[in-house]
Amino acid sequence: MSGEDKILDELAGKKYKYGFVTDIELDTIPKGLNEDTIRFISAKKKEPKFMLDWRLNAYRNWLKMKEPTWANIHYPPIDYQDIVYYAAPKQRTKLNNLDELAPEIKATYDKLGIPLEEQMVLAGVAVDAVMDSVSVATTYKDKLSELGIIFSSMSDAIKDHPELIEKYLGSVVPQGDNYFAALNSAVFSDGSFIYIPKGVRSPMELSTYFRINAAFTGQFERTLIVADEGSYVSYLEGCTAPIRDENQLHAAVVELVAHDNAEIKYSTVQNWYPGDKEGKGGIYNFVTKRGICAGVNSKISWTQVETGSSITWKYPSVILKGENAIGEFYSVAMTNNYQQADTGTKMIHLGKNTKSRIVSKGISAGHSNNSYRGLVRVTKSADNVKNFSQCDSLLMGDKCGAHTFPYFEIKNNTATVEHEATTSKIKDEILFYCNQRGIPEEDAVALIVNGYAKEILNNLPMEFAVEAQKLLAVSLEGSVG
Amino acid sequence: MLTIKNLKANIENKEILKGINLQVNAGETYAIMGPNGSGKSTLASVLAGKEGYEVTSGEVIYEGENLLDLSPEDRARKGIFLAFQYPVEIPGVSITNFMKTSINEIRKYNGQEPMNAVDFLKLLKDKAALVELDTKMTKRFVNVGFSGGEKKRNEIFQLAMLDPKLSILDETDSGLDIDALKIVADGVNKLRNKSNAFIVITHYQRLLNYIVPDFVHVLHDGKIVRSGGKDLALHLEEYGYDWVKEENKKAVTS
Repeated sequence: MSGEDKILDELAGKKYKYGFVTDIELDTIPKGLNEDTIRFISAKKKEPKFMLDWRLNAYRNWLKMKEPTWANIHYPPIDYQDIVYYAAPKQRTKLNNLDELAPEIKATYDKLGIPLEEQMVLAGVAVDAVMDSVSVATTYKDKLSELGIIFSSMSDAIKDHPELIEKYLGSVVPQGDNYFAALNSAVFSDGSFIYIPKGVRSPMELSTYFRINAAFTGQFERTLIVADEGSYVSYLEGCTAPIRDENQLHAAVVELVAHDNAEIKYSTVQNWYPGDKEGKGGIYNFVTKRGICAGVNSKISWTQVETGSSITWKYPSVILKGENAIGEFYSVAMTNNYQQADTGTKMIHLGKNTKSRIVSKGISAGHSNNSYRGLVRVTKSADNVKNFSQCDSLLMGDKCGAHTFPYFEIKNNTATVEHEATTSKIKDEILFYCNQRGIPEEDAVALIVNGYAKEILNNLPMEFAVEAQKLLAVSLEGSVG
Repeated sequence: MLTIKNLKANIENKEILKGINLQVNAGETYAIMGPNGSGKSTLASVLAGKEGYEVTSGEVIYEGENLLDLSPEDRARKGIFLAFQYPVEIPGVSITNFMKTSINEIRKYNGQEPMNAVDFLKLLKDKAALVELDTKMTKRFVNVGFSGGEKKRNEIFQLAMLDPKLSILDETDSGLDIDALKIVADGVNKLRNKSNAFIVITHYQRLLNYIVPDFVHVLHDGKIVRSGGKDLALHLEEYGYDWVKEENKKAVTS
């Protein structure tokens, strides 16, 4: 609850809090994309041949594809030749420990309030910190490797565990899945790889902080998490980015694989730069996130708090293949000013007795547009499926939009599917009630909104929940009155 | 503490308060009685600063300040508390969280540090006991799924927590059975002291058996038409409001 007090402090400052740029010498290539760009990236990362072939194949797929236009979002055409596809922070030598980390990078994390050493010591969180495209620090590796857990940058994993990468990369989100996933497959720079062996519960929350740091550099992260039989892992991902005038493209792909009796919990707090009050600048966040509950009794749970980006296009999904598998999606998406969000989930029920639960809370303020788009598909062979969906929208002011696009494809009549949707406004009566207890309007709104989003925030690990609460309040600044 | 002079107020251009005069002193309890539509709740709303009410004339001086110039939150921070007739629900916000936010806002306004968690929890426990509220209730979301009695008790609990100078109880007795009424009244009585004042707005005399007022004012058609001691309430109970209305008519026509 001390978080509440922090919210009050935060509300005093009006500018995007994380708007600063770290000065690091970059190792970049010119703008533009062709097969040579991909060869450069692959060579730079010293990848095995299968990886280069895989990338080139994705690129050739991408060339044949068209950018999707079905989402309820609007933006000027993206010039894919006007993007730099590789930028790596220069490092003097290979790191043995965190003390050797470049001071500028350390300072950046300090500004973000996530000093690595403190996190390691206090929170027991292993941090695979990604700055732009290359992992600069991987911690707690030893402790995890004792248990057989692999937690490394994607680049390292490609070199150290090619057999796992070859087996699983693209197994959930195929190269040609969609336009942005294909682009990512061709040019992805780095990301995280996690493998949890049979019967192992990860003893700590694993987390990665992403950050776009070089101007005009697209961020193409690739994350793959494999939970083997009977294992468990909870992964946290948080993002902030510096202020930019040019729109920045961010097209990440996340793949999750849960085998028999395994569970993966994936939490995101997304706070990329949303653009200014007039809608200038901000990140285009076109992300493909999908997990497969491949084994029996497996479970995948997505929790997301989306407050940033000028455009969000994101549908974390679960393919429920194993019998009795469970898929969950908990989401708060907040848009303010001229932000646009088209986000939701897909629950694909293939296995018998599979269950899914969708709780989506949209909050729209300013001139923003917020759409929930969700699909529940029950295939013929999937008996006794249960789904529950709840989609709530909260509107602030009369210039914003909230939309709900729920799709149901039910091919098996033993399925139980429930859908609830509400749209509400913050009532004057509630504001007055808060005022009468000494709470001014802006703080009352923060209180009400955090209450509204509580069910989602409760699903986040503690330290993230506090951060998320702050983000909701900060993101709402200036939306009242 | 509070002086109301010739207060007139409109809702949507309709005059509801037609010249209220009232003096409120510390250490005293005032009952405002009157039939439905007489302006009782409007008076409470105007004092608390609710939007949608237009004060057309008169003044309200609270502790030497012009109350009507203050925002609703500043009035609250300066010690005015309204126990709502219809308390609203705030989903996802626990009573504990709500009260902590409220207390710390008031403290901040007065240049004080936020209350530490230990002190806050002790206060919470003490005040819950005072109004016979199960502390488990304080973990529930504000008024969500509460019975009528629970809502009203929650209002009195909040009153106890904030320890205001001037409390306005707007039909706190409505919808309460006799047991709930006794508990609420008992809580209020424990909170009465020399330095605070209560304005108890009610339609019925029943509540005043338990919260015994120092003064009773009868409101009719936007004006105080009768003032007296606690016996006036008993008289109203026996004869109803009709005689007040009749007398008022006579006074107007004569």
